Amino acid sequence: MSAHRVVVVGGGLAGLSATMKLAELGVAVDLISLTPVKRSHSVCAQGGINACNDQTRQLGDNEWKHFDDTVYGGDFLNHQPPVKEMAYWAPKVIDLMDRLGVPFNRTGEGFIDRRRFGGTLYKRTAFAGATTGQQLLYALDEQVRRRESEGLVRKFEFWDFLAPIQDDSGRCRGVVAQDMSSMEIRAFPADAVIVASGGCGLVYGRSTMSVFCNGSAASRCFQAGADYANGEFIQVHPTAIPGSDKLRLMSESARGEGGRVWVPRKPQDARAPKDIPDSDRFYFLEEHFPEYGNLVPRDIATREIFDVCVNEGLSVEPDRMCVYLDLTHIERRELDRKLGGILEIYEKFQGVDPRDVPMKIFPAVHYSMGGLWADYARSADGGLEPGAPQNQMTRIPGLYAMGECDYHYHGANRLGANSLLSCIFTGLFASPSLISYAQSAGGSYRDVPASLLESAVKAQQTRHDELLKGTGDENPYLIHQELGDVMTRSATVVRRNDQLQSAIETVDELHQRAKRVHLSDSGSWTNQNVIFAKALQDMFPLAKCILKGALQRDECRGAHFKPDFTKPSLTAEDPAERRRQAEQWCDAFEENNRKYLKTTVAKWDASSDQPQLSYEDVDTSLIPPRPRLYGLVGAEVIEEVWSERAARRQSEASDTQPSTSSSSDAKV
Amino acid sequence: MIAPESNPTSSAAGARQAQMLKVRVLRQDGPGQEPYWQLFDVPREPDMNVISVLQRIAAISETVDGKKVAPVAWDCGCLEEVCGSCTMVINGKVRQSCTALVDKLVEDQPDEIVLEPMRKFPVIRDLLVDRGRLFHALERVKGWVPVDGYYDMGPGERQSRQQQEQNYPLSQCMSCGCCLDACPQYLKIELEQEDGESDEAFAARQAAAYDKGFIGAHAISQAMLFNNHPVGKTLADQRNEELSSAGGIQVCGNAQNCVAVCPKEIPLTRSIARAGRSTTLYQLKKFFER
Repeated sequence: MSAHRVVVVGGGLAGLSATMKLAELGVAVDLISLTPVKRSHSVCAQGGINACNDQTRQLGDNEWKHFDDTVYGGDFLNHQPPVKEMAYWAPKVIDLMDRLGVPFNRTGEGFIDRRRFGGTLYKRTAFAGATTGQQLLYALDEQVRRRESEGLVRKFEFWDFLAPIQDDSGRCRGVVAQDMSSMEIRAFPADAVIVASGGCGLVYGRSTMSVFCNGSAASRCFQAGADYANGEFIQVHPTAIPGSDKLRLMSESARGEGGRVWVPRKPQDARAPKDIPDSDRFYFLEEHFPEYGNLVPRDIATREIFDVCVNEGLSVEPDRMCVYLDLTHIERRELDRKLGGILEIYEKFQGVDPRDVPMKIFPAVHYSMGGLWADYARSADGGLEPGAPQNQMTRIPGLYAMGECDYHYHGANRLGANSLLSCIFTGLFASPSLISYAQSAGGSYRDVPASLLESAVKAQQTRHDELLKGTGDENPYLIHQELGDVMTRSATVVRRNDQLQSAIETVDELHQRAKRVHLSDSGSWTNQNVIFAKALQDMFPLAKCILKGALQRDECRGAHFKPDFTKPSLTAEDPAERRRQAEQWCDAFEENNRKYLKTTVAKWDASSDQPQLSYEDVDTSLIPPRPRLYGLVGAEVIEEVWSERAARRQSEASDTQPSTSSSSDAKV
Repeated sequence: MIAPESNPTSSAAGARQAQMLKVRVLRQDGPGQEPYWQLFDVPREPDMNVISVLQRIAAISETVDGKKVAPVAWDCGCLEEVCGSCTMVINGKVRQSCTALVDKLVEDQPDEIVLEPMRKFPVIRDLLVDRGRLFHALERVKGWVPVDGYYDMGPGERQSRQQQEQNYPLSQCMSCGCCLDACPQYLKIELEQEDGESDEAFAARQAAAYDKGFIGAHAISQAMLFNNHPVGKTLADQRNEELSSAGGIQVCGNAQNCVAVCPKEIPLTRSIARAGRSTTLYQLKKFFER
């Protein structure tokens, strides 16, 4: 029998890579998932996974630049040591996934092919058609099945994680979970627990996320005392296919392979798109961002599309907002080979072949940059200390968060094709930390007191029974719809304080109503109604973190955009005056960073049903924050001023600190 | 399940009859219980699929004659046909419910939409079935690459574009089970847990029963996928042995239904033909090496 047992909640890329690594290290794993792990939301990831590679290296790329792109793209809210470690691991992650049998696309000579993705100028992204997430997940699923057949892994699929089990010292000693068929509630004692439960898109009703991504597992840990960080940073993906049940992702790889975004210059031009000549087309991303073109970071592309439809009135359709994403200039065979999977999705759901007719797309909620606050140990070289017990540990000792449900890798905006990387990286890198923790914390999953397990089960049984008995009259499905509407209206692309304030009040009311739900099914067999009701109730703590975090952050950073707090473009024509404006701009930028370059940390206060926010410094010691100037008028002057300041600081600091290579370039 | 978009409380029959969809669902309260039909009225909206129809039914929870009922249980996940969750039998045909668009269904059969659970797997409740046997088959064929471990050992063997283009379609199998539901040789195996039988003992008894049944097109195709991988093929003999045993490739009756219903258009019959050759060669080799 294994010396250690770990519970992993969630079987996407993070959960499976952790499970497989732990099994390799001889640790027994109980893997708990809402769905057969092979169906986890990671399957939806399309475009690819980033790592610098032999080809990009020869063009001047290296791991440090991948790291730099990631924190610059994230508007410097990322903690730098974990990101640095991830970037340096990235090539190794690709190699491993290659060995595990992922059918990455190949070049004519048989090397792994790469495509370009947003927020970088290098072709770093390895891909398997346009279903890279699916292919990576399957490779891990296969390894976990292998370990299962060897007896080290037990899967509990169609089980709902309900709560961590904590002893008197607050330490996590296992979890309580519920069989979604028999409705049995059971305790799973463990030496340590990993929550790898993904994002919380369902808080917004419809998003690009799968129906499992309701945030309930993260919320249950948050309510048990783990902190929730940077909740307000929600990525809205620029390109999705609107639908009544879901907003289906149209991968960034469509643009990576040459897809162009445009609208007719004449509002709602009635001509068929192919009849509109180039001169009558507005390729707004290419015009506004000549260097990055259609591959600006996601937050920027999203705002541009939103702006062109909402403020300029150039939506392709009059009563439904959308823009064209055009691939029709690319050869069909090439499209099939590299983008087949996503083009099929469009064709199946829209009934139109995107190889012949431009797709109609609009932004949709896509990714939670924020999540459970998690710790790390910084190594001497500015990366992470391998095996340190605190890597990825939440505020609850022995409870770890990995993958989309952690918070520190993607800052204020995630770069495309970095999420698959962060999930697999954390699972592989941080799993040994659980063993160090289990060894240093002492005790064992075998000697968790029976009374502790029983009382934890009882508390959940009580919640379950009360809901079934429920005397209220509220319909959980309708409350969810209202929650989704208010969140989508107030906390997506554009945020205004009056709207956020009013959304907070609405969400408070909805939360109270959600406690009075009436279930149309009070049975004790496969009761999806009660499982949904619990998930719905647990969406509110996260929704409140998002809204309150957004309200209190009076700035623009990455995905968080408040028009009332934008920094102005430079207006002066006269060079000296323009220079003076740039100086002022940089002063304001520095002042703003002093105030807001902080992690938002929420603690749940059950007595008031509200999150309490505080702010924590971000480790930006490796790459000094610099302005993100995509498309701003006067960017060159600001850049010049900023470079001078950075150089000055560098020389002042050089007595005390070693130089960090090219890190302080103010490149755009 | 995610929230419906429109207000589903307007389910009253009558005036808006023309815009109503009639949806007939084969329900079953639990394993081993008698199935029964229920008819629902769902307000028709643009761009609906069977998922959004079931979401409306969940919110209404009322049959056409106004009887309050429990919501229909069903399984779904990504809603974009890559996860394999939402398989069911729609108007007599096994398929994913997310890509079953209402406009298309109504065009082909205007009276009503008929939803039934998959026919070859034990029903858990309503449209939700237990596909454990399908995943068990992946274990039977050792559907994995037997790498030494997960440390950094550099890249894998270089592979040609041609090999990638052969493997990628097979690797897109999302374990939805359509091929199994449509297969005449794949017969339902349903066991009941006995009083006092532990979960482990029940799982072992199930596995033994599954091992006697047909392994299915999906698993045969996965065996061919891994036999075509530079390291995966080191287990080829073991896979061939499994495919030659009870419930193996010889059970296939060549009806070719599997390839016709596969939502991912995986060349399953080609995999089966390859597996036939491969197991024959394996048996010959075994014979001569005796």
